[in-house]
Amino acid sequence: MTIRSTMSRQGRGYALAAMTTASALALSAAAGLAQDYDPEAVINIGSLYEPQNLDNTAGAGQGINEAFNGNVYEGLFVLTDEGEVEPKLVEDYEISEDGLTYTFTLKDGVSFHSGEPMTAADVKSSIERVTAEGSASSRKSSLAVIESVEAPDDGTVVVTLKTPSISLPYNLSYVWIVNDAAEDISSAEDGTGPYTLQEWRRGSALSMVPFEDYWGDAPTNGGVMFQYFTDATAQNNALLTGAVDIITSIQSPDALSQFTDNPDFTVSEGASTTKELMAYNDRVEPFDDPQVRSALARAVDNERLLQAIWGDYGTLIGSFVPPTDPWYVDLTDVNAYDPESAREMLEEAGYPDGFSFTLDTPDYDPHPVVAQFLQNELAEVGVDVSINIITANEWYTKIYQQQDFEATLQEHVNHRDIVFYGNPDFYWGYDNAEVQRLISESEGVSSIDEQTEMLTEANQIIAEDAASMWLYLYPQIVVSTSNVTGYPLNGLNSQFFVADIQKAE
Amino acid sequence: MLGYMTRRLVILLLSLVAAAIVLFVLLRLLPGDPANALVGVGATPEQIEAARAQLGSDQSLLVQFVAYLGDLARFDLGQSFVSRAPVIEEISRRLSVTLPLTFAAFFLAMLLAIPLGIVAAVKARRWYGLVLSVVSQVGIAVPVFWLGILLVYQFSLTLRWLPSGGFPLRGYEDPGRAVQSMILPVLTIALIMTASLMRYVRSATLDVLDSDFLRTARALGESRTGALMRHGLRNAAVPVVSVLGIELSTTFLGAVVVEQVFSLPGLGSMLLLGIQQRDYPNVQGVLIVSTLLVLLVGFLADILQRVLDPRLRKEGGR
Repeated sequence: MTIRSTMSRQGRGYALAAMTTASALALSAAAGLAQDYDPEAVINIGSLYEPQNLDNTAGAGQGINEAFNGNVYEGLFVLTDEGEVEPKLVEDYEISEDGLTYTFTLKDGVSFHSGEPMTAADVKSSIERVTAEGSASSRKSSLAVIESVEAPDDGTVVVTLKTPSISLPYNLSYVWIVNDAAEDISSAEDGTGPYTLQEWRRGSALSMVPFEDYWGDAPTNGGVMFQYFTDATAQNNALLTGAVDIITSIQSPDALSQFTDNPDFTVSEGASTTKELMAYNDRVEPFDDPQVRSALARAVDNERLLQAIWGDYGTLIGSFVPPTDPWYVDLTDVNAYDPESAREMLEEAGYPDGFSFTLDTPDYDPHPVVAQFLQNELAEVGVDVSINIITANEWYTKIYQQQDFEATLQEHVNHRDIVFYGNPDFYWGYDNAEVQRLISESEGVSSIDEQTEMLTEANQIIAEDAASMWLYLYPQIVVSTSNVTGYPLNGLNSQFFVADIQKAE
Repeated sequence: MLGYMTRRLVILLLSLVAAAIVLFVLLRLLPGDPANALVGVGATPEQIEAARAQLGSDQSLLVQFVAYLGDLARFDLGQSFVSRAPVIEEISRRLSVTLPLTFAAFFLAMLLAIPLGIVAAVKARRWYGLVLSVVSQVGIAVPVFWLGILLVYQFSLTLRWLPSGGFPLRGYEDPGRAVQSMILPVLTIALIMTASLMRYVRSATLDVLDSDFLRTARALGESRTGALMRHGLRNAAVPVVSVLGIELSTTFLGAVVVEQVFSLPGLGSMLLLGIQQRDYPNVQGVLIVSTLLVLLVGFLADILQRVLDPRLRKEGGR
């Protein structure tokens, strides 16, 4: 559903956490050892996120990114599973002094699945597909900064901007390069990726096979089939019975025990970008007072909450920024759990007897449980929470559009989404001039380092200000049969690169 | 009979139109705009407006309604808001799962319920007659999804005989796997249905056993079984047939739950998804087609009853 598809991948949450360097190394070592893989093996992947159509500018949902990003379609740049932005279909690029002109030199010898070579004209039309009037792409607004796209010759694309945008390469990693001769890509495809779409049966499965003329390294498997489930239990059963090899996301911690104690399966925890938070309406009393927000943050034991919901999985966060964003710093000490000081701060802020508010709670997991936990914790410091359960659609209308609420729970799934705090018109209405300045000016700087520095500062300010109550980062849990290796762990922005997956014989 | 059928057909058509109106109104009463489902969080008001214009959800309800009725009259169920695919195509693809599921379950249930129900009636005082009655009572109380989970646990997870869910990518072009993936869903529906159907068969048979005509037949020297076979079954069939029509419709609609449990790409999962996404054309299409099927089944059951029972024909309908 809408909200979930772009912002709140319910359950596709996951967290960073514990994706320590050590475990990453251990995994890649394991992958390296699995020499005896079967290059013909078809990998079956279980997922709950079936695309609605095959066009990412037509409201296809997160499932299309999972299936197609980096697999069927590629961008000029790629956001790797580690969170780095790297060139993909560009060989090289230059930025003009004033930061307004990007000149991209395209990689040679890249061809589409239909056999046509990729040219600058394809890139131009691909970017314009995303920024077009009727486009429903989630990147449309970030690319609105583009003034024009020119193709002076087949190998060169020149993008002119209205204002400098240091994030352009990052944002372009979301833009599929599609053959400009392709007519309808809502049920067919023509990309440059390592796989071509073989068949899609709506409601059931989507299969793809390696593309023989792929410009890069050939996949280490003989094809991939995404099998779609509407029910998490059915999905888990499919893994247990060997009908699928991998599940891209485990929704519920209860289901994990069937896999953790079983040598036939590998349970991996990667870094997620899904943040569970209580968003206040920072425009209304008493939430317009940072002291009140800080007090509430101190009244809630996030560690106990995370433990209750996810057991040993998941990570605590001190702000909205997950560890895979470049501007992450550990801020868990800011307004850490301390109910004693919470009471004092409430008294100082003029609420010696506490106050009461309504918490609009989406009706799906984990929000209702989180709401009850918060109700109990806040009662300890004299704050009375009444829980109002709403549907995801009501959330969208009442909270997101009409901004008619006191506080709400929501999971925000996106990578690099601190920018929401720089927009005073966003639903939570956080209005801090310095944060707005840092966020908007960070786009116009000339180096990534400067951008990182400014956004790190903005990150620290929102944490000190307790702009929202950030509860925890979901764990990103991928479970596979133990003979399958080489799959991405973090699944940033729902991507699931499949070309390196290997299945032992 | 012909007059009756014509009248019955007219009623069927009128019911369908009434259903179409009710569906249209009810769907529009749901909160939420399909445009929201398309553009997602972070969209500007202009983007939402553009999406609304594209979907036609910015037009007045009357305009939408007239367009909808016009399309219906031409059997055009429109295009999905979300996938942009023609609704009728999607429905026919989904029906290729739901109809076999429903009919297979229905016939299996009849195959089980009719003999078992008769045995339960004829041998009502024997221990196995009693056991059958008790089992059918328990069966009625079992929720269908729970039975599905039990069957998956036993036959997929423990014995590994059958897949736990899903449907092959190539559908019936992969007949072995397609049939395998249908077995547990069919069993789930059939067993639940057998339980309730058996009770109707049992009580209809009991009524017949107590009837004067059967006593007369036996007085004329026929054996109990012979009399039941020759005169009883046809009489017992009349109430059972009317129940069968209802049961078939219920099964068809109950497939929603079973399709969910087994992740089958049927009409039910299309309906659920459509509701979540406010994909009105899909939801309307599924409901109209379902309504049509249910009405048709009722129609056929009525006709069949008249074929079985000449008294109804003479009276010209109930």
